[in-house]
Order: sequence, then C-alpha cells, then structure tokens
Amino acid sequence: MNISEYIQLLFTDYTLRTITIGTAILGAVCGMLGSFAVLRKQSLLGDAISHAALPGIAIAFLITGTKDTNILLIGALISGLLGAFWIRQITSKTHLKSDTALGLILSIFFGVGMMLLTFIQKMPNANQAGLDKFLFGQAATLLAKDVWTLGIVSSICLVIVFTFWKEFKILLFDEAYAKTLGFNTQRIDAIITSFIVLAIILGLQTVGVVLMSAMLLAPAAAARQWTNKLSVMVFLAAIFGMFSGIFGTAISASQSNLSTGPVIVLVASVFVVFSFIFSPNRGILFKQIRLSQNRKDLQLNKTLQFMFEIVKTHKNISHPHTIKILNNFQGYTKRTLKKLEDKKYIEVNGQMWSMTKEGYHFSANLYNQDTSQNND
Amino acid sequence: MTQKKIAVAIDDLTVAYNYKPVLWDIDLEIPEGVLMAIVGPNGAGKSTLLKSILGIIEPVAGSVSVFEKSYESQRKKVAYVPQKGSVDWDFPTTALDVVMMGTYGSLGWIKRPGAKEKKASLEALEKVGMLAFRDRQISQLSGGQQQRIFLARALVQNAEIYFMDEPFQGVDATTEIAIINILKELRKLGKTVVVVHHDLQTVPEYFDWVTFLNVKKIATGPVKDIFNDDNLTKTYGINYKVSLLQ
Amino acid sequence: MTSAQIEIQIIAALVAMACAIPGVFLVLRKMALITDAISHSILPGIVIGFFITQDLNSPWLILLASLTGVLTVFLVERIQKSGLVKEDTAIGLVFPALFSIGVLLIAKNANDIHLDIDAVLLGEIAFAPFDRIFWNGIDFGPKSLWIILSILVVNLSLLLFFFKELKLSTFDKGLSTALGFSPVVVHYGLMTMASVTTVGAFDAVGAILVVALMIAPAAAAYMLTNDLKKMLLLAVCFGALSAILGYWLAYFLDASIAGSITSVLGLVFLSVYLFAPHKGILSILYRNKQQQIEVSLITFLLHLNNHDEKSERHIKHLNEHINWHKVKSKKVVELAQKNNMIRIENEYISLTEKGKSFTDLAINYIITNDDSKIESIKEDFFLFRG
Repeated sequence: MNISEYIQLLFTDYTLRTITIGTAILGAVCGMLGSFAVLRKQSLLGDAISHAALPGIAIAFLITGTKDTNILLIGALISGLLGAFWIRQITSKTHLKSDTALGLILSIFFGVGMMLLTFIQKMPNANQAGLDKFLFGQAATLLAKDVWTLGIVSSICLVIVFTFWKEFKILLFDEAYAKTLGFNTQRIDAIITSFIVLAIILGLQTVGVVLMSAMLLAPAAAARQWTNKLSVMVFLAAIFGMFSGIFGTAISASQSNLSTGPVIVLVASVFVVFSFIFSPNRGILFKQIRLSQNRKDLQLNKTLQFMFEIVKTHKNISHPHTIKILNNFQGYTKRTLKKLEDKKYIEVNGQMWSMTKEGYHFSANLYNQDTSQNND
Repeated sequence: MTQKKIAVAIDDLTVAYNYKPVLWDIDLEIPEGVLMAIVGPNGAGKSTLLKSILGIIEPVAGSVSVFEKSYESQRKKVAYVPQKGSVDWDFPTTALDVVMMGTYGSLGWIKRPGAKEKKASLEALEKVGMLAFRDRQISQLSGGQQQRIFLARALVQNAEIYFMDEPFQGVDATTEIAIINILKELRKLGKTVVVVHHDLQTVPEYFDWVTFLNVKKIATGPVKDIFNDDNLTKTYGINYKVSLLQ
Repeated sequence: MTSAQIEIQIIAALVAMACAIPGVFLVLRKMALITDAISHSILPGIVIGFFITQDLNSPWLILLASLTGVLTVFLVERIQKSGLVKEDTAIGLVFPALFSIGVLLIAKNANDIHLDIDAVLLGEIAFAPFDRIFWNGIDFGPKSLWIILSILVVNLSLLLFFFKELKLSTFDKGLSTALGFSPVVVHYGLMTMASVTTVGAFDAVGAILVVALMIAPAAAAYMLTNDLKKMLLLAVCFGALSAILGYWLAYFLDASIAGSITSVLGLVFLSVYLFAPHKGILSILYRNKQQQIEVSLITFLLHLNNHDEKSERHIKHLNEHINWHKVKSKKVVELAQKNNMIRIENEYISLTEKGKSFTDLAINYIITNDDSKIESIKEDFFLFRG
C-alpha cells in the first residue's frame, strides 16, 4: 500500500478514520501536557504512574468481570494515583531518594499487575483476551465512543490550559514567587498534576503502560529545541505529538502484528533526534558549526591583534609593513591574510600590508567590549 | 527626629525544619523607609526569615504584620526578589515575560496582562538598564543581568516594602552599583527595603539599618549605632572587628 | 517437590542475590533509575544477539546485550551534559526508544525467533530446567543456573576486591578522587556490573521486573540500616527470601513466577516501610508527633527566657501572641509543668532553675549547629516526653 492509497483509505474507511483521529487527539493532548511535566522536572513520574496503573486494570476486571474500557481505566486511574501518592510519601517521609521511590513503585506495581494478568489468563471461563492490549497499546481497539471521550477530555484540557495559562507559567517558573503574589500554588499544582495523570490513563489503551511516559516526554523535549517561548513550545509539542500519533497509526495499520505503542514512540523519538541535531539555536549540528566558526574568528582576531601591536608603534596607522614580520606569528597563514583583506581590515600590496582605519578601530575595541555581549 | 512608622512587625517568630529550630523567637520591627541589611553566618536563617515573613514557609509559632495589618491582607504592598539560583534559567521565556510576572499579583486569577502591564514592565526594564535585552531568552543573560531582571520584576509590583535575598551574589561590579543605586532611589521614595546580605564590608556604605541574626536576633538598629565589634562577635562567634573589614 | 521445582527456586534465589549487590550501590548513589534505563534498552541488544547466535544463553549474546546497556548509560549521560533537556528527561527519552526497537524487532520476526513479548516482560524461568548442559553424557544441570551462578560469583568477587573503592566513591566522591581512584572507572565498572547482571537476570524475570529485583531489596535494607556491609547482607537475604516465597505464591495462584516474586518483594518492602524501628513510617509519625509538641515546648521556654516583662509572660499571651491554638498551648504548658520547667503564679509564667538551664543549653547547641545534642539533653531533662 502506498501513501496516496493510505490517505484515500483514511477518508473512506470508517474504522481507520476513527483510530487515526483518536491517536492524533491523544498525541496532541499528551504533547501539550507533557511540556508541563518536562518543565516541572517530573518527567519520570509519568513513567511510574503509567506502570502503576496496570494492577488497577487487572483488579477492575477481577471485580467487575467486564472488559468495558472506561471501567478498566477507572481502575487504572485509582492505582496510578495510589502509586503517585506512595512515591510522594516515600520521598517526603523517609530518607529514600526520589529515584529509588520511582523505580521501586513502578517495578513493584507492574510486577503485581503482571502476576494478576497471568492469574486472570489461567482462570477458567474468564473472557480474558484483550487485557494485554494495555501493555503495549492497540489503537485498533479504539471505538468511536473512546474517541469521543478522548475528544471531550482534551477540549476540557485545552480550555483549562488557556484559562489558567498565566498561573501555570508562573508556577512552572518560580513557585515561591507565585506564592508571595497570593496565588494558591497547591491548587494550581493539583490542576496540572491531575490533568497529566488523566492524559496518561487515557493513553494506556493506545500506547500501553510500558511506553506511555515517552508519549509525554518526547514531543515536549523535541519542541523545546525549536523555541524559547512557552506558548510556542506547548503548541509545537502538541503538533509533534499529533503527527507521532497519525504516522504511528499509519505504520502499524499497514503492517500486521505491530502494537501501536512502540511505533508511535519510535516516531516521536525520530522527532526528538531530528530536533536535537538540526534545531537552529540549540541543535548539536549548528552548535558545532558555530563553535568552529568562533574558533576561526578567534584565530583571525589574534592575527589582527598582532598586527595592531605593530601598527600602534607608528604614527601613521596605514604605514605599510612587510608581510615577513608576520612569519614569526603562529596563527598567521596566507588564508588569514586573505580573509582580513576581504573584511577590509587591511590592504595588501605586493609584499607589503597596511592596516585600514576600519581595521585599526576594530582591533582597538576587540577586547574592550561589554563582557555581557559574550555570554551567548 | 520624628517617630517612624513601623512597616513590618515580627512577633515571637519561630521556624523549624524537620523539627529542628532554625529561627528562634524572633521579635523584630522594621521602620518604614529604611534600607536594611540582614547579616549573619551561613545557616543563620537569613533566607528562612524572609521566606517565613512572606508566607512561603509556615512558622511553628509567631506572627507577622505589615503596616499593622496581617500580611495576607497587605500582600500587594510587598515585593520579593528570590535568590537567583532558585529558578531554572533554561525555562523557555524572555526577559520581558519574566518582568511581566510581577504584574500577575495585582491581576489576580485568570485575567491576562494587557497594554498597561506591558508598559509598566518596559519601564521597569529601562530602570534596571535592561530594555535592550527585553526579548532575550533568559538563559542567554549573564548572572548580573538575570539579577537585574528579577529586580525589575519586583519593581513592577510597585510595592511599599521590598524583600531581597542575596541580590549581590554572583553579579558583576556594574550590576552591583546599578542595583544599590536603585535601592537608594527606592528609599528616597519612602519605600522600605530589606536585603539579605553577605558582604559585611559594604554594609556601612550601602545600608542605613542592620539586623544581626544567628538563629536568634542578636541586634537591630541604625548601622551607625550598632554595627560594631561587639555585635559582629556575638553573631559570628569569632573575634570580629569592624576595622578588619575595611 | 520435584527436582525441576528445586532448580527453579535455586535459580530465582541466585538471580535475586546477584541483582541485590549492584542494586545497593545504585540506590546509595541515587542512580536507581539507571537500572530502569538499562533493563529496557538491553532488549534490542538481546534480540540482535539472538539473531546472530540463535541461543539465548550464549555468552556472546550476554556480552553484546551488556554492551548495549553500558552504551545506554553513556548516551543518557551525553544527552544530560548537552543541556538540551533536563537530566531525568534524558533517561525518559532514551529507554522507551530502544525498548520500542526491541519490541518491534521481535514482533516483525515472530516466526524466526523463539522470543515473545511475554518472555520479554516476564522472563521464562519456568522453562529454565529444560535447557540443560550435558557433557560426556553427564547432566550438569540447567544452563541458566550456571550462567547466573557465574555472574553472582563475579559480582561477589568484585565486591570483595573493590569494596574499599566502591564504598569510598559512593560516600565521598571528592576524597576518593583525591586518593587516586578514578570515579569514571568505578562508575562505568558499576554500570557494567549492573548491565551484565541485568542481562543474566533478563532470561529469568524479564525486562521490567529486573528493576524490582535491583531496587526493592536494597531499598528495604536501607530502611533498616546505614551500615554498608549490613545493608548488602540484608539486601541479599531479602532478595533470596522473596524469590523462594514468590515461587510458591506463583505455584498456588498458577500465575507468573516473576510477577509473584516482585509482589512478594513489594510486600517485604511495604512491611519494612511501615514497621522499621527507626526509619519506618509508623515510627516516624510517632516521633513527629512527639517532636512537634517538644519543639513548641522549647519555643515556649525560649520565649520566657527572652522576655522579663510581665506582659509577655501572662498565660493569655500564649494564645494571642505566639499564635497557637488553645488546645496546643494547654498541652505545652502542661508538659512544661510536668517536667518542672515552669511555675505559674497569678496567671504569670516564669522559668524554674531547671527550665532556665535547659533553655540555655538548648540555645547554645542550636546556635553552634549542634542539633543532635538537643536530643540527648532532652533525655537528661525530661521526665515526660511529648
């Protein structure tokens, strides 16, 4: 199947359209809320919460016996919150550090969940098939009503983010200061955190407990590289998340046997790698280029400085000197001379060179610049 | 000399971290219009004192009043400059944006800053000499410039009392002079400024009022009266001499 | 018990013990989450290794997969140093990506590979007794038993030989560098140890539950002791005990062995977390309550010590000025009276001799930052605790 066929199918096939809309919405809302998680340095809390949700799904099934997604997700929500609460208690009350608490809770809850899942599988006459879709996600199981749920929750999310934008921003940047301004920071915190948890739980069906955290982090981490504005970052993260969802669904739908979770996460990771390398301001590639450019400039300036020291001793700054004097200087090559000439800092005449007014002025101020200018 | 009004009154304030007292039974009155330094050794509770006055830390006992009313009701008369290291400077935002945060308090919940707030923020940026950097990402500013941004953010609040936590730490000489000039200007306008300060040497030059703190309040009053060997020794433990500072 | 059952229990216990050793150091070094990263990201290494060797127990596969683990650590650290994202985000980005590659490789080659997703998540310790070593026709027991035994022996000998270095670099990085032990070597040595152990344990318990085997015993032991040697010993015991109990839990529930071992580990941690004598949550809550009232008491005594003026010492002042609720101030006054620290005359409170000397000592200790001594003077002065 090629791309145009797929796109055609997208418009004709009801199921595929439903699934794609669902993953796109999910990706967008995860990217948006993930930006807040990343900036709050709570990246891995999402990982712990999503893993901790698994036993809740199993227990909800054991109690109710239904496979209704919404009921199972309520179980997931409760055990996810329980895990998050326990992590907070461990770090605040005992001497164990947050990394230990996170790793402990995520692995233990997941272990209990797996034990219960295998237990359910062995139960006689239990219609257990399908619970393991929550491990790696199966977008194909998204029904129209699931997409509606996703859509409604996402719209509420959007309204909340838009309404409390100012409050979210100040809490993320400087919580103590927000408090002195009279904001109830605990309340803002509770709003952000509960929506992040909600996004995680909603994503479990599509992306799965194992990889859900990447769905929050990756679009946000990629978006951060392209902008220095919070609003743009949140918007970009939503876009990246959305496309991860769409492309991920397309790839996994066109192949047999592929869970959507890993595919979506890989697409999002491609966004991350691309952004890390190619973003103009922070990217590794341009940073490297700027670095070597700076090094070259430095070399050039050193040569110019050396010439300046010679010129300074003469009354007439454009007094010609022989090129030979420069031979003792290490940084000097024919190329640097040519470059300096191109920049009109010096003039070369046969075997002689002389400094221009411009060059004199530039080198005199070379080391007198405001230090603050050099901090980029 | 006329009797000065009391800007901030702290009464029997005790603060404990993990049930270890860090501030003990502090009684302190800060007169209106002074430029006051809080000095004391590391771990003396200087920052904690500011934070508990501002309600960031819950005290075990005691109360704080601002212009004879509870701090909560007078919040808008108080501005705070936290330590520079307390925030993540890689946060995706610009200098102007940070300064605008100073207007959030008077705006209250939900309402967004508009043209009026922007104008005030630009003026504050100009006052600290950072107008040219308004659109810079904050991580691209030097330490001194970041401190000036924080100062501008507090200026925008247009408060009566300013609390500053180590504003001179890690800043260049130009910034230090710029900041102290602004502080003196604030005093001229009748505002009260309280600064947690590290550099004893500059106390007599910069400030007119001083509080010595080491878990307990050691002394408080005009610099010319109480900045002496006796109080320095009481606060820092070793034999300190004012003459050695110069 | 059949011999297969015994073998499974032995293997499980050995896996748990081998994991506990690096786990203790990772927990102490605040790097517990790196195990999460390693355990997920070795998956592509294992899958590719399996394509090459066609044998899950091949030493080459273990080597290759361990290398992926160390590589992950390196990658995470590079991203952290680049400053592009925050430190915890770096871990959270790297391992899901690598794990996804592993999962997809398995899914796409499901027919050629005898690894399935269940084995990735849960391991297949139940089948371990079927893959045996025969040499000259003699049965030497399960292959994986020997593999994990060698890993345990290596871990133990590394621990014995480099105990001093590990201890020093964990508790005092500066000093250990000054003494010439390269922190980089110790760090990557430990990471290699963790990687190899994870790969060895992967076969038995799967990718995610390894994390529990590494962290939970160490965390439980850390709740009980601060002594490194005792902590190592306790962690190893907790691991082995949970492995054996977990096996029987799985047997009775007819559920996954790895999941059950983890559940038992969870229970072990939960009970230590609740009931540990000094650091357990119940003991902490009790102590907090006691401390709270005692801090109030000291505050109150200090206030009396600070103020001679009568207005500050009136019994009503407690409520009005110090800003305490009535119940609390009553409790504090009662406690002070019971301990003979104060006397009340005509509603005015003043310090007794004993109260005064106690307060003076307490102030002195706090100003000199010698807080720990306050506990001991409380022992000396208090007849009744809060």
